[in-house]
Amino acid sequence: MRYTAPSTTAEAVNLLASNPDGARILAGGTDLLVQLRAGIIAPELLIDIKHINGLRDIVAEDGGLRIGAAVSGAELGEHEAARALWPGVVEAAELIGSTQVQGRCTIVGNLCNASPAADSVPAMVAAGAIARVIGPNGSRDCAVGEIPVAPGRNSLAPGEFITSILLPARVEHASDAYLRFIPRTEMDIAVCSAGVSLKLDKSGICVAARVALGAVAPTVLLVEEAADALIGTTLDEAALADLANACAQASAPIDDKRGTVEFRTEVVGVLAKRAALIAKARALGETS
Amino acid sequence: MSKIHVTTTINNDPAEFLCEAEDTLLDVLRDTLRLSGAKEGCGSGDCGACSVTLDGRLVCACLVLAAEVEGAKIDTIEGMSDGENLHILQKKFLEHAALQCGICTPGILVASKALLKKNPDPTESEVRLWLAGNLCRCTGYDKIINAVMDAAAEMRGLE
Amino acid sequence: MSLDEFQKRDFKVVGQRVERPDGIDKVTGRAMYGADAYATGMLVGKMLRSPHAHAIIKSIDTSAAEALAGVKAVVTAADFAPLEAGDAHNVLDACIARKKALYDGHAVAAVAATSEKIAKAAVKLIEVEYEILPHVTEIEDALKLDAPIVQEGFRNKKIPADMSDNASNYYQFGHGDVDAGFERADLVIERKFRTAATHQGYIEPHACLASMGPDGKGDLWCCTQGQYYVRALCAQIMAMPESQLRVTASEIGGGFGGKTTIFIEPIALKLSQKSGRPVKIVMSREEVFKASGPTVSSVTDVKIGMTKDGRITAGDAYLRYQGGAFPNITCYLGAQSAFAAYDLEAVRTVGINVLTNRPKQAAYRAPGAPMAIYAVESVVDEMCQELGLDPLEVRLLNAAKKGTKSSYGPTFDDIGLVATLEAAKAHPHYCAPLGPNQGRGLSCGFWFNFGGNTSVSLNINFDGTVGVTEGNPDIGGSRASISMMAAEELGIPYDKVRTIVTDTNSLGHNDVTDGSRVTFAVGLATIKAARAAIREMCNRCAKLWDIDEDAVVWKDGFAKPAGPNAGDYEPMSLAEIAAKSPNTGGPIAGHFEVNADGAGVSFGVHLCDIEVDPETGFTKVLRYTVFQDAGKAVHPDYVEGQMQGGAAQGIGWALNEEYIYGADGRLQNAGFLDYRVPVASDLPKIDTVILEIPNPGHPYGVRGVGETPIVPPLAAVSNAMAQAIGTRMFELPMSPPKVLKAIKAARG
Ligand SMILES: Cc1cc2nc3c(=O)[nH]c(=O)nc-3n(C[C@H](O)[C@H](O)[C@H](O)COP(=O)(O)OP(=O)(O)OC[C@H]3O[C@@H](n4cnc5c(N)ncnc54)[C@H](O)[C@@H]3O)c2cc1C
Ligand code: FES
Ligand code: FES
Repeated sequence: MRYTAPSTTAEAVNLLASNPDGARILAGGTDLLVQLRAGIIAPELLIDIKHINGLRDIVAEDGGLRIGAAVSGAELGEHEAARALWPGVVEAAELIGSTQVQGRCTIVGNLCNASPAADSVPAMVAAGAIARVIGPNGSRDCAVGEIPVAPGRNSLAPGEFITSILLPARVEHASDAYLRFIPRTEMDIAVCSAGVSLKLDKSGICVAARVALGAVAPTVLLVEEAADALIGTTLDEAALADLANACAQASAPIDDKRGTVEFRTEVVGVLAKRAALIAKARALGETS
Repeated sequence: MSKIHVTTTINNDPAEFLCEAEDTLLDVLRDTLRLSGAKEGCGSGDCGACSVTLDGRLVCACLVLAAEVEGAKIDTIEGMSDGENLHILQKKFLEHAALQCGICTPGILVASKALLKKNPDPTESEVRLWLAGNLCRCTGYDKIINAVMDAAAEMRGLE
Repeated sequence: MSLDEFQKRDFKVVGQRVERPDGIDKVTGRAMYGADAYATGMLVGKMLRSPHAHAIIKSIDTSAAEALAGVKAVVTAADFAPLEAGDAHNVLDACIARKKALYDGHAVAAVAATSEKIAKAAVKLIEVEYEILPHVTEIEDALKLDAPIVQEGFRNKKIPADMSDNASNYYQFGHGDVDAGFERADLVIERKFRTAATHQGYIEPHACLASMGPDGKGDLWCCTQGQYYVRALCAQIMAMPESQLRVTASEIGGGFGGKTTIFIEPIALKLSQKSGRPVKIVMSREEVFKASGPTVSSVTDVKIGMTKDGRITAGDAYLRYQGGAFPNITCYLGAQSAFAAYDLEAVRTVGINVLTNRPKQAAYRAPGAPMAIYAVESVVDEMCQELGLDPLEVRLLNAAKKGTKSSYGPTFDDIGLVATLEAAKAHPHYCAPLGPNQGRGLSCGFWFNFGGNTSVSLNINFDGTVGVTEGNPDIGGSRASISMMAAEELGIPYDKVRTIVTDTNSLGHNDVTDGSRVTFAVGLATIKAARAAIREMCNRCAKLWDIDEDAVVWKDGFAKPAGPNAGDYEPMSLAEIAAKSPNTGGPIAGHFEVNADGAGVSFGVHLCDIEVDPETGFTKVLRYTVFQDAGKAVHPDYVEGQMQGGAAQGIGWALNEEYIYGADGRLQNAGFLDYRVPVASDLPKIDTVILEIPNPGHPYGVRGVGETPIVPPLAAVSNAMAQAIGTRMFELPMSPPKVLKAIKAARG
């Protein structure tokens, strides 16, 4: 194995393209190093993107924020503007691993690793985040939800990698929230999770919503029926019950060491309900 | 395959080493530089026994490649005391009997120091959350939390 | 009165909270643990492990590995001469598979190479041809008559005919007429309980460095709870005399029973012998989970009879434990301890061990007791609920006390259960209000405690300081406690004493650090060694003063004439006597060797409050208090530490820790991410109340304290759960999916 730390995206694209099978991007390494050690992957070349200009920056763009692919969870969590704009995405990113893992992990690594249980992904999907992909043919934008295609597999073409994520601008009376279920209080992988982003009108009625679920299907699920259950309501009990139902309906989880089908199907709805209420309170400015 | 030459700063002293691409920072600290204060409890980021700071950030040395620390500043448990003078955290850990076997202690001390730098006045739950990635199987954490809280208070008093 | 017996005294050093001698090393990173050892020319040893739960090893081809540049030795079971049936035989078979791989992770070969990378590559080059056999990992499956048989030849004669040959050990205890007891009861409840296998979860993986010379002499450094036992096993396995193998225990990063045996040490010795170079083996965390010694899983039926007013009329427990592919006696300890907290007229317990395709179990803190007592304490709790009785009063009513014939035979001397229960009753925790979805659980716990073979040597240095040499690895501050007892007895300050743990060839035999024996037995031997040194110091004074040896006594660190008739001499301090010793006969020392008896059982009572999220089954522990009899808390910090650490492990066991095997017989969660030990934010403050009911068998009244605290949490949490969710669970761990299921089932 070789290690390289290019300083430009062009260099990185070249390296990737000229080693189509054997090269891997190294961001925080918190998935990659674990997989290396376990012998799950054996890349020939590691391309460390942390020294590429601009990839460690968070910059304002059209009212939203562009987050560089090498920004760590801790850096994102310390960014006041990001917290204020998309509290759900930031809280999801901050749930990844321990303080130590936070010092390294990235939301792009979380996305590209394509684990069904990745914490930041449902929150980003609910937020309508856009990934900027660069490759031999230049750059393109892609909805975050289209990146993971199966557990451990993403849709990036050979030679491509992600340089940043755009968290879009946010209108008034809107906010988001993310919750996951784990058996302990920390240091676990989500058994199931829900990200909710919603917008209210002046009277407190939900006029737009996005609900995304994690760990209940091979990839993150954006559940339209769940959003529909919220739209036009004040998130009253009936609407929340419909939301939970829609989440359960959409879920297609598996039994594994972390949870059962029955448990995941039920609890994912509970999480969606609770996340919706937190997002609502945030949208109303009641909490941050 | 020739080895990678890395120049870095460890505990404020210049350091150089040769490593292979797959070597982790923990491998190099322990086996090459013989700084064996950072421990390997899991090698996969789950236990925190290998905690060090990298450019001031708390990380697991087992989840950092040695090649990545070129030009970086690393602080380990070996650099925590100032010669004979123990750091307040070290003193408090002894005073509160915050260790039994002690294998988790270097990592927990490094992590606690990073916490108090960022948050000099943490609540008990903030300490517990910050240290959630540092497993201790002996103590049930009580005395560790007491020691960190007491050290924080004393460090605030000194400022 | 003989001197070993407890005598009341005013302690000067014992009971203080002094700093430990190994403290500085441990807070600066200087302490040398197993993996920190280094030797010149050292090779790296790595194991090849079976991916199959049960398979015949048809052939092993190591030629490609041997041919790889940098590989210096390859070892398989064929390199070890077969041993006669017995302990060492089974241990060797568990260390490296001979004819069959008996579990996922069972070592089949090992290499030593000049680097980790080469060793890993070499392991991959070893070709093993397996014939895969059907496997069995669960107790009830293994007992079926058509179950795959893990190993033949271990069946005890008393095993019932309806059990397969996987049933190995069988033990029965009790007294009185159990059936008549049930007849007399107003309420009889019988329940079945299951507990999953758990792991000790020490943070330091097993590690050793072995060096064998061509002259047949060997050195071994390893992290172990017992260097003498390591030596005994390794010497047998390596067919060498014990005198030629020196084993040195490194600092140990946690053991909890899991480091009372060996897993990699003989392999490292053999690799070293074959390569002619020192070999270091360090287990990975995955190897620790797959191939060290987790605890048993269990299925237990408990039946108890009670009168309306809460008197237990009879107790019956039927325990089936599985501890992997080899026989073991953990079910014996479980069957002995199940009802130990009660004063019963009629009691019967049966313990059966079952072989499965899992790693050979090792001791884990009070081995066998937590699961047995969980079952009993759960039924007692349910009966109290059913009869509307206060669970604490019922325990007081039935509590074992001095004179009780214990459920496992012996009659108790002074014990602290009643005092411990009274302390719990008086504590504000017991009557603090609870909110919705909250519950409070109570459980008693018990452990025998052991004494065992112990040697201590104590040297009076010429400068008046003292060195104590002992042979039991210090797991949680025992060197401090030993120094304190030496200082106490000699009448000198603590900081004048330094205690070290030595290697096998520098001191007489010491049993393993287990059974909570160290502070008790090593402490006792240290006090006796100090007394021997005191006798000698008095004799030296008698010589100087030219009076009778009997006319000199020791008081508060000074030798003095026994009385006015003995003569009028200035008392001499230890330091003065030490300084004069070169001229009064040479160095002064005391030593003591004993197979210590009278360890004195220890009881604890735990109170636990939890809150359950009724929509997710998530359990939060809100408040926890441990009450325990320590006999005499030599160093209260470390006694509290044992109580807190044991409680934390028990809480993990109750809620989330478990070995999960797949249908393929492979361990699914061999890492700390999915083997869920409690993290700091999972736990509340764990309050402790130490009681001191002196152990009559120790000069200072000390009892072991290390193991009892892991026993009560299982039932304490489960009993709290029953109250919090309004229905009782009968299986551990009570992980959220199971809790939610129970809640839903109760709702109907
Ligand atoms: C102890 C521990 C706890 C954890 N807990 C959690 C948790 O609670 N929740 C959770 O979701 N995850 C968790 N993880 C997993 C991991 O930390 C996250 O998935 C993390 O976000 C990965 O980011 P990274 O930057 O470290 O990725 P890396 O390991 O650097 O990369 C991950 C994968 O993505 C690819 N990749 C990275 N960046 C790019 C890019 N810019 N373009 C294309 N491909 C790229 C890499 O090649 C690699 O295949 C945990 C891991 C550990 C070790
Ligand atoms: S060794 Fe690095 S976290 Fe465990
Ligand atoms: S003191 Fe032993 S693991 Fe913390």
